[in-house]
Amino acid sequence: MFALVDANNMYVSCERVFQPRLIGRPVVVLSSNDGACIARSNEAKELGVKMAQPWFQVRHLERSAGLVAVSANFELYGDMSSRMMSVAARFAPYQEVYSIDESFLDFTGVRGDLNGIGRELRATVLRETGLPTSVGFGSTKTLAKLANHVAKTADRKPGSYPRELAQVCDFGTMTEAELNQVFAATDVGNVWGVGRRIAPKLNDAGIRTVLDLVRCDTAAIRKRFSVVLEKTVLELRGTSCLEMSDAPAAKQQILVSRSFGKAVTEVAGIVEAVSEFASRAAERLRQQDSAAGAVSVFFTTSPFRQNDRQHSANVTVPLVRPTVDSRLLVATAVDAVHQFFRTGFNYAKAGVMLLDLRPVGHEQGELELFAAADAPQARPNVRDRAPLMAAMDELNRRFGRDSVRIGSAALVSNGDEVRSWSTKHERRSPRYTTRWDEMPTVRA
Amino acid sequence: MYSRDAIPDGAAVGADSSSGSPQRAGSTSAAGFGSPGADATVKRIDLNDALIRHPQATFVMRASGAAMHDAGIDDGDVLLVDRAISPSHGNVVVAVVEGELTCRRLWQQGGLTKLQAASPEHADIVPGDGAQLEVWGSVTTVIKSLMV
Repeated sequence: MFALVDANNMYVSCERVFQPRLIGRPVVVLSSNDGACIARSNEAKELGVKMAQPWFQVRHLERSAGLVAVSANFELYGDMSSRMMSVAARFAPYQEVYSIDESFLDFTGVRGDLNGIGRELRATVLRETGLPTSVGFGSTKTLAKLANHVAKTADRKPGSYPRELAQVCDFGTMTEAELNQVFAATDVGNVWGVGRRIAPKLNDAGIRTVLDLVRCDTAAIRKRFSVVLEKTVLELRGTSCLEMSDAPAAKQQILVSRSFGKAVTEVAGIVEAVSEFASRAAERLRQQDSAAGAVSVFFTTSPFRQNDRQHSANVTVPLVRPTVDSRLLVATAVDAVHQFFRTGFNYAKAGVMLLDLRPVGHEQGELELFAAADAPQARPNVRDRAPLMAAMDELNRRFGRDSVRIGSAALVSNGDEVRSWSTKHERRSPRYTTRWDEMPTVRA
Repeated sequence: MYSRDAIPDGAAVGADSSSGSPQRAGSTSAAGFGSPGADATVKRIDLNDALIRHPQATFVMRASGAAMHDAGIDDGDVLLVDRAISPSHGNVVVAVVEGELTCRRLWQQGGLTKLQAASPEHADIVPGDGAQLEVWGSVTTVIKSLMV
């Protein structure tokens, strides 16, 4: 059995841990530069705020409905994520972190009442970190993910599913009839891997619910759609066949991680691995025309090697400005390794996650500059850069000196403080758990 | 707590070869290496290890106000707050009062739960009818700077 554990409205929930007055109010978290809603509390969802909706479109709700907007605080979310993951990891022999707020737990070989374990897990994460989670159990990852969707939806919208499925939903203990009922009540678009693109095509073919999809002929699915969708159908029927590598990517992050064949004890080994992961993540970033605003790095010993001393590092570093530049992403990841590496440990796994993704269209000048430098044929080349530089000079002449600057120059000269001139950061909460100067204040 | 790989050459036990190598002088056992102390890595005291029992559940906060003076907590002190400990009668806790994190002593006797200040000027906080008192975490340690 697999479990998928994920935090409900992760970013909003992190804010609420330290600002309890936000509990029960509609809250959105805005991406740091372009001001799109990247997380919504249930109350904000009720108000009709859509995922990725620009702030200016919902701003009127601030007055009319008490909507609260905060700027993304990835340093905080990264640290809370690492706390949540380490609590969840205690409950199963193997954990696979899937995104900043989701991990798969592999319960293979574990006997007993999984539903009970799931409730205990949920209660422990809530007590120790303050984050509410949903837990879904299934015999495949696709089923666990779907069970998680049911657990979350049953909690948020009473009446959508039987009440006992709220918060923790275990497909493993349900009869076929019960399971079919749940499948019939669930839109096919909620299946892991059936994206917004495929769902309408499935609907056109008369496949509207999960039950419709489960009952499809797999050969026909493969022919008409894809091998991956065929695998999805098999997974929904209880046959594990999805490798993590062809599993659908998490929406708001890019994660590259791997267990080492042999324990790594030297900093150089971790640096090498993390550099490679960061480069690969950067490639994917550019493939999807996105830029990253934060880099998360982790490396950890193996909890299975019980005689080994255990250490795990997990750090999220917000970038001064979003970037697509491999060099900057790698350098940031490597810096984090040097800062947190400790000698005397047998490291077994490492990973890099790119967060705070946004479309490249924003801050075009800077990004184009980086992109140009990234292309293999374009080493810093006067001819290639000339038009850009000319445009920059023209802009600066017209709008005043330093209207346009080279990103890396700003980065070097201003360091951390560059953030402050992004107006959206005015709404950012303190980095409560990672900065001594910003720890929460408690009334005494 | 020890590190297996690093022990044989003595590098990780803090053995200093220039100080007469007392560990090596004592290593006349049959195996030819190792020392009686080799099983324990010598490690400088680490306040994180000493003071924080549940790292994933412990948060650092700064106290503001004088209501907990008699409990040893003054304005500006730093508190270690552990969410993994279930609070009981008499513990100093951080609770959520009107949406604000508030430090008080938890009073739990005879079915009555309230928050007590540790200063005569501050009244107890008693949750209203039907209201649940929400404890955020237990204060395990106060860090006080004595520098002037």
